[in-house]
Amino acid sequence: MIKEYIKDIKKNKVKYLIVLPVLIYLFVFNYRSMYGIVVAFQDYRPRRGIAGSEWVGFENFIRFFKDPYFYRVFRNTLSISFTTLIFAFPAPIILALMLNEVKDGIFKRCVQTITYLPHFIALVIICGMVMQFTMTNGLITNILVFFGMERQNMLLNKDFFYPIYIISGIWASIGWDSIIYLAALSSVDQEQYEAARVDGASRLKQIWHITLPGILPVVSMKLILRMGHIVSVGREKILLLYNANTQEIAEVISTYNYRKGLLDADFSYSTAVGLFDTLINLLFLLLSNKLAKKMGQSGLF
Amino acid sequence: MNIKRKKRRKKSIEDWILDIIIYSILIFLAFVCFYPLWYVVVASFSSSRYIASQGAFLVWPEEFSLKAYEFAFQDADIMRGFKNSILIEILSLPINIVLTMLCGYFLASTGMKLKKPIVAYIMFTMFFSGGLVPAYLNIKSLGLYDTIWALVLPGALSVYNAIICKTAIEGIPESLPESAFIDGASDWQILWKIILPLIKPTAAVLVLYYGVSHWNAWFNASIYLKSTSDLKPAQLVLRYIMIKGGMIEDVTGGVDAEFSLYADTIQYAAIVIITIPILCVYPFLQKHFAKGVMIGAVKG
Repeated sequence: MIKEYIKDIKKNKVKYLIVLPVLIYLFVFNYRSMYGIVVAFQDYRPRRGIAGSEWVGFENFIRFFKDPYFYRVFRNTLSISFTTLIFAFPAPIILALMLNEVKDGIFKRCVQTITYLPHFIALVIICGMVMQFTMTNGLITNILVFFGMERQNMLLNKDFFYPIYIISGIWASIGWDSIIYLAALSSVDQEQYEAARVDGASRLKQIWHITLPGILPVVSMKLILRMGHIVSVGREKILLLYNANTQEIAEVISTYNYRKGLLDADFSYSTAVGLFDTLINLLFLLLSNKLAKKMGQSGLF
Repeated sequence: MNIKRKKRRKKSIEDWILDIIIYSILIFLAFVCFYPLWYVVVASFSSSRYIASQGAFLVWPEEFSLKAYEFAFQDADIMRGFKNSILIEILSLPINIVLTMLCGYFLASTGMKLKKPIVAYIMFTMFFSGGLVPAYLNIKSLGLYDTIWALVLPGALSVYNAIICKTAIEGIPESLPESAFIDGASDWQILWKIILPLIKPTAAVLVLYYGVSHWNAWFNASIYLKSTSDLKPAQLVLRYIMIKGGMIEDVTGGVDAEFSLYADTIQYAAIVIITIPILCVYPFLQKHFAKGVMIGAVKG
């Protein structure tokens, strides 16, 4: 048996050598850091290091299960994730459907070029613009005051956080995310449209019976993958936008993790929360992948 | 019946209404996507007095002034941030491309007994990680804290991008490497002389993806650098300017009263300066969008 493996290594020497740097890199930066997870089971003190810190078993996990703030954070994570899903998921699909109804030409290309652009603008810049425009005297504030809103600094108002977060997210990604749907739409058989037109079907009927079914596979695939990340909300944008006033509804697992772990230096607790978060994420990912396979899609693995 | 007759179906009222609705919404969307960016550019060329007093709808610079740019170009932090970001790009991109291609090549190769476990080893990192604190501890223990390498090395390999590379390599017709193999070429020669030249478009897409990602990054820099660090990349400098009200680095080391007066417009000028490289690269991105994103899309 061993002989076979030695033969294989000799025969594919180059290929194994080629992947070796990759494996070393992943070891140093990914696997080596996984060792740090052990900190979740300790009362980690930086001065004593991992080896010198006391083992406390599941104490840190019990701590956050007992922590009411943690539940609020978890609830916020799900809230933001679901609300984003409801509003931000359909947006690029609708854009793709509309663009598909426009014939190819300068107008179409212009709209595409312009709507793709926000995707490349740095998050720091987008949040900076959001802050400027929603200040007491900001551009967006002024527009809304014209429509009857009370003049205020919008980012300090809890009720505005979700809309600002989601709408700025849609602004940044609607164009780029529509590319995949457009690609799927362009592969729909044009003859079907011809046949429908001959049969006298109206535009709307054509969209309903031909276009929509055409992107259904891509949409369902993306939806299922998105569900796999339902318990995950990125920390960067929230960090850039939230403040003491909105923290109550804006703090999510990843930002809580960051604050507790790196700012408060509560390493063990934060690592425990992080581990829990990773496992829950993995669970949802596996479930959604199973669902994808059940529905006939290829899934991720 | 004349099947090949050129179809000129009369547009019904419904068609016209649909068109009007669709075109209106698209124009509105394009405007909304474009205007905030335009506003930033226009405001950066306006006087800060006007911006502070009105904050209203801008179409063209009001009270044209280059003061903001004067300040921005003289600000040591902003210029240093720009230089640091360029340095990060120069250091990262070769590493990114090499690692990604090596990984993609292996993932696309066949006929190796150890392939399954190695692929599992690679793919596992996509779904599981130590988390924030362990990553931080890892970087510290490697002695990379507060060095440029802490901004270059973590995340240097995106397995997702490697999969895009794999898909591209798999798109090469089997016959090419095969006939080379029959002619006696080694795996190494096949990689260099046949495969790499054929996936140049994919390499271009990867450069653009990684390039943009590095240029826009700030979070790793915020945790792996000391707050007094000179290595802050552009976006982190921008963040400090925006959130902390930014203090210009004066020779005397004090708060610059003039700066606070111009703070708004200086921010806008800084944004424009730092975004220019992205805008320069954008036209090239355009060409590769459809192809590159499609390849990525195949894998969801």
